[in-house]
Amino acid sequence: MAGVLSDTQQAQGADGATAPGGVPSGSGSRGDTPAPCRRRGRPGRPGRRGRPGRSGRGLSRMRRNDLFWAAVFILPTLLGLVVFYLWPVVRTLLISFTETGPFGGSEFVGLANYRELFGDARLWETMLNTLKFTVVALLGIPVALVIAALLSTEGLRGVRIYRVLYFLPVVTMPAAVGLIWRTLYNGDVGVINALLGLVGIEGTNWLSNPATALYAIAGVGIWLGLGTQIVIFLAAIQGVPKDLYEAAALDGAGRIRQFWSITLPQISPSVFFISVLAVIGALQTFDLIFVMTGPTNPAYPQTETIVAQFYQRGFVENQQGYAAAIALVILVVIVAVTALQFRLQKKWVHYV
Amino acid sequence: MSELATRTPARIRVPRRNRLRRNHLGVHAVLILGSVVMVGPFFWEVMTSLKTLGETLTVPPTVLPASPQWSNYGDVFDTLPFGQMFWNSTIQTIGRVLGQLVLCSMAGYAFARFEFRGRGLLFGLFLSVLMVPSQLFLLPQYEIVSGLGWLNSLQALIVPGLFSAFGTFLLRQFFLSLPRELEEAAKLDGANHWQIFTRIMLPLAKPGLIALAVLDVLWSWNDLMWPLVVNNDPSKMPLSVGLASLIGQFSVDTTTLMAGSVLATLPVLVLFIVLQKQFIQGIAFSGSKG
Repeated sequence: MAGVLSDTQQAQGADGATAPGGVPSGSGSRGDTPAPCRRRGRPGRPGRRGRPGRSGRGLSRMRRNDLFWAAVFILPTLLGLVVFYLWPVVRTLLISFTETGPFGGSEFVGLANYRELFGDARLWETMLNTLKFTVVALLGIPVALVIAALLSTEGLRGVRIYRVLYFLPVVTMPAAVGLIWRTLYNGDVGVINALLGLVGIEGTNWLSNPATALYAIAGVGIWLGLGTQIVIFLAAIQGVPKDLYEAAALDGAGRIRQFWSITLPQISPSVFFISVLAVIGALQTFDLIFVMTGPTNPAYPQTETIVAQFYQRGFVENQQGYAAAIALVILVVIVAVTALQFRLQKKWVHYV
Repeated sequence: MSELATRTPARIRVPRRNRLRRNHLGVHAVLILGSVVMVGPFFWEVMTSLKTLGETLTVPPTVLPASPQWSNYGDVFDTLPFGQMFWNSTIQTIGRVLGQLVLCSMAGYAFARFEFRGRGLLFGLFLSVLMVPSQLFLLPQYEIVSGLGWLNSLQALIVPGLFSAFGTFLLRQFFLSLPRELEEAAKLDGANHWQIFTRIMLPLAKPGLIALAVLDVLWSWNDLMWPLVVNNDPSKMPLSVGLASLIGQFSVDTTTLMAGSVLATLPVLVLFIVLQKQFIQGIAFSGSKG
């Protein structure tokens, strides 16, 4: 017994000596991997007694071997990410301090792009449009919640079919979705105005009317994302303990009361998760406006989002420096809004 | 007291079941109405794609085409190099999916199983890519691709999409959830890491690989901004950009646009119908569309 113990200690000692520092247990993986000492203790088993030196060397070779394989497995992705994702972030920052000349080439202009940007009324208009998109996008969450709650009715038939139907827009190309809704929204021959006409409401030319275009597009955004939200809420609702509902039913709570008092608080972490994703997505709205209004539309100024403005400056008007500055503003806005959401969640999210 | 306790649930159960059944009608009514809103636009898309131009202009609109105009689908091929674009979308999607499956599974496995110095730091670096909005990558990615002379090429569509921090993260989580016993046994039998990975771990990771593949198909097939930026030659565009490019052209009929939309969305739709569960689980895992 004593021999085993000392073997173990020696093995660990040898290990520590050959690879100083070893694997710091705080390298972000605590809990994922078995405690290192358990594995290192293995050479100390009775069968290997008396040869601690060798098992120590073996371990270090294994460690080096691990490092070699880790490099083989990770390097391709690491290189790709560095070249196409990590370096570009730094490069975007650098570009934002430059201005592209009319004949190509760029010169350092310091903070000029940012000064121009913040003095540009267009930036604030596109920010306001983006904000409106985001607020409207959040209105989809209660709709998704209600549908998910209805779908989780006990003993309801056809849930699978409903789920597929509500999910269809999620798998459809946004460019095609934009085209479809353009024909639906058409002011003269669109089916939406025809339906409204049936109940005596006179529609408008939804996508070229500056007063309605943004909301018409944002509605399509909700329609597009509903399936994802429903599926996530459905999974969350299924995780709520059944006995809570039984207890509430015994106390005489109806379905609506149960939804407010049990379902909603229980799944609030999912609601929070979805609201963070919905906001991040809405702040980057581009595909739908690009397809549904586009620069020739009279309502374009009222629908152009900050990302559309980024695209316009960076890839249509060749003002890379200015566009890079916009990209950084987008980053700051997203980080700030997400941080705000995380701060506010303490007031309404219940973690059980 | 005990009599009351046993009677109360019994008394409640009966009316509750009745109430539930009655409520189901209302529940179905709401859900069906919702389904109409969700599916109606697609129904209208297909109907419009089969109408004559005249039928699309009638007020009030007719629902069904008098006789289906299948030739509208032929018009799509006259308006756009549709076959070529379909091919480009297919190659872009297959390239990105295969590349990510190989590269992300390798990196994900290494993060899940190998112990090396700085692993946490490196993984944090990967995660940081996930948090950054894509606009921060676009301008330099364009610079790189154009510097390589790749503008208007298929590799421009594929190469930056081969590497994914998200895919690495997803598969790392998946590998972490797999038991270690099989690997340890294979290790004792003298298998090296590559053999363990390809022969034992990859087959076990199939559900995770399918989830990633499904998400990649969705994102690549539907991706608009990146291909819009790098490929403006119609013969090198994927379908998403091809469709979007039709919008400004007044000469293109609505019927052709709708037929094109149907054709462009059909492949992913079919895949979704076949792999419903995998799609829904994949999306539920990622929680987002892109």
